[in-house]
Amino acid sequence: MTEPSKIGAAVSEPVSDSPAPSSFLEVRDLKVHFPTDDGLVKSVDGLSFTLEKGKTLGIVGESGSGKSVTSLGIMGLHTAGQYGKRKAQISGEIWLNGTELLSADPEHVRKLRGREMAMIFQDPLSALHPYYTIGQQIVEAYRIHHDVDKKTARKRAIEMLDRVGIPQPDKRVDNYPHEFSGGMRQRAMIAMSLVNNPELLIADEPTTALDVTVQAQILDLIRDLQKEFGSAVIIITHDLGVVAELADDILVMYGGRCVERGPAEKVFYEPRHPYTWGLLGSMPRLDREQQERLIPVKGSPPSLINIPSGCAFNPRCPYADLPKDNVTRTVRPELTEVGSKHWAACHMTQEQRERIWTEEIAPKL
Amino acid sequence: MLAYLIRRLFAAAVMLLVIILVVFSIFFLVPKWAGVDVATSFVGKQADPAAVQAVREKLGLSDPIYSQVWEFFKGIFAGRTYAAGGDVTRCAAPCFGYSFRSEQAVWPVLTDRFPVTLGLALGAAVLWLVFGVAAGVLSALKRGSLWDRGAMVVALGGVSLPIYFTGLLSLAIFSYGLKWIDAQYVPIGQSFTGWIGGMILPWITLAFLYAAMYARITRATMLEILGEDYIRTARAKGLREQTVIGKHAMRSTMTPILTMLGMDLGALIGGAILTETTFSLPGLGQKVLDAIKNQDLPFILGVTLITSLAVLIANLVVDILYAVIDPRVRLT
Repeated sequence: MTEPSKIGAAVSEPVSDSPAPSSFLEVRDLKVHFPTDDGLVKSVDGLSFTLEKGKTLGIVGESGSGKSVTSLGIMGLHTAGQYGKRKAQISGEIWLNGTELLSADPEHVRKLRGREMAMIFQDPLSALHPYYTIGQQIVEAYRIHHDVDKKTARKRAIEMLDRVGIPQPDKRVDNYPHEFSGGMRQRAMIAMSLVNNPELLIADEPTTALDVTVQAQILDLIRDLQKEFGSAVIIITHDLGVVAELADDILVMYGGRCVERGPAEKVFYEPRHPYTWGLLGSMPRLDREQQERLIPVKGSPPSLINIPSGCAFNPRCPYADLPKDNVTRTVRPELTEVGSKHWAACHMTQEQRERIWTEEIAPKL
Repeated sequence: MLAYLIRRLFAAAVMLLVIILVVFSIFFLVPKWAGVDVATSFVGKQADPAAVQAVREKLGLSDPIYSQVWEFFKGIFAGRTYAAGGDVTRCAAPCFGYSFRSEQAVWPVLTDRFPVTLGLALGAAVLWLVFGVAAGVLSALKRGSLWDRGAMVVALGGVSLPIYFTGLLSLAIFSYGLKWIDAQYVPIGQSFTGWIGGMILPWITLAFLYAAMYARITRATMLEILGEDYIRTARAKGLREQTVIGKHAMRSTMTPILTMLGMDLGALIGGAILTETTFSLPGLGQKVLDAIKNQDLPFILGVTLITSLAVLIANLVVDILYAVIDPRVRLT
């Protein structure tokens, strides 16, 4: 907390006090900290990225890397309905369509929720209210932002259920969530989040709670709907296969920060951060010999209360001793450009990383 | 939904039948086995044997057990006739028999006293629901605040203090001390304001105890519900916070509160003995206390049956409301 993060400074876009950015969504130096009995949990600690309309950003990382906290932060859900004494501490800037959300009137942000930005959650069974029908819940979502009668809203709900591929939508609209299968529930959740044509859709692990066969269907659906509605999508996952399927850009998070960010093909084929290498190594692939073992990332995710000094990944990094003067353990690496629109935060030199990737890592994958 | 209702009604009817049988057995057969002669206690200990024999015959006490049970059932639904020689007494349905002490018919006394107890229970329930639930919700939303701590301390007091303490205290202060309220029971038919005046202290005393319990349950449930994913979804839709709490969270919070309400109301309708005694309310509770002291079996039997019926009906209503609130219940 002592030294201000300069992640943005390394990014080509100037961060400073410049007003409304040209991008559709721009997050600048976002920090979300939670005070607890054990200390300050720095779930997100200086995160910046941009997203254009019609594009998909995949945010990847282990559990506890700050992915979900980031998405809830964009939605303003850390501050809405916080009744305890310990409120989340949020700083930075979130620009959506020319409006800065963190300094905006909460009532204004509430009106943006559901209409301009919507969210799909991981487990649709617990994310839908068990006591209301699917139809009632979609109708409610629509009528918050549209001044229409219940009949019109119901028609719209049926239309949306039809659009997301629920058979007999005029009958299923009156079902309760427990009468739907897992995949159907997630479809209904998607229908509910898209009912107001939001320009930003955040999908937080949308397929994690589903069968593998259903996963592919849901991902296809999200992609189709994105094309149709032209919205920007943030897809949060720990599954690299999911982002490979959908994302234009990938942002890899570790310990509440971005360690690598760039176009999907760059991050997949020319990754420049040892943590990304680890993620790729731990991904099962069909074209690999079956006898070969997956290469897990050694160690466990860092404590978000005592984030390791220097590079947060250094205790788990096999190359931590390559840079000179023990710099990995003392200085926090900033994001530097390693290619066109491709950034990584690592103390190793470009040449070292290129060599390690092409000679040591890539052949094993 | 309809099938669920029919099933529940059927179960309630069977339950009532079993209760009648058990109650009958306890109050008519146990004295027999214990060597207590019901006929003697009816007539009085110094009565001459001929009179006792006449009563025994009239009440059918020397008949076989199954015949007695049948007569008892028949009495409830069709009325019964007590006859011994030329002495014939017709007891119209529903007949619960006659008091062993005063020879009063039981049923008219029950119907006379039931409204008092019902009024006490319902009035108190309204009070404790409104204040208990409101205090609980506020405490949950302001968790850890001075209000929360204060309310929970008061609630702890409410749960711990016995009715006869808070009741007598309120009587001493408001009725005898300040003379604000004339704590005298007046039937509602006679004077509405008089009725309110007589009931207000019992209501508050009873409601204080229950409101305290309800506040604690509401607070705990609300805190749990607020952590649910679907509450986050409701916020993500852009709902106002008051809708999130008042609609989405409240509906889930009501489920356990309703369950408690059904049982509490049922039990109270059977007679809030302490409250009725403290405030001298002529309700069922007071009567049953008298009956127990005097071993007046027909009254004990009558009140027990009314209580069971009240608990059954209250639970049935709760179950139906439960199914209305939680759609998943209909399946079971």
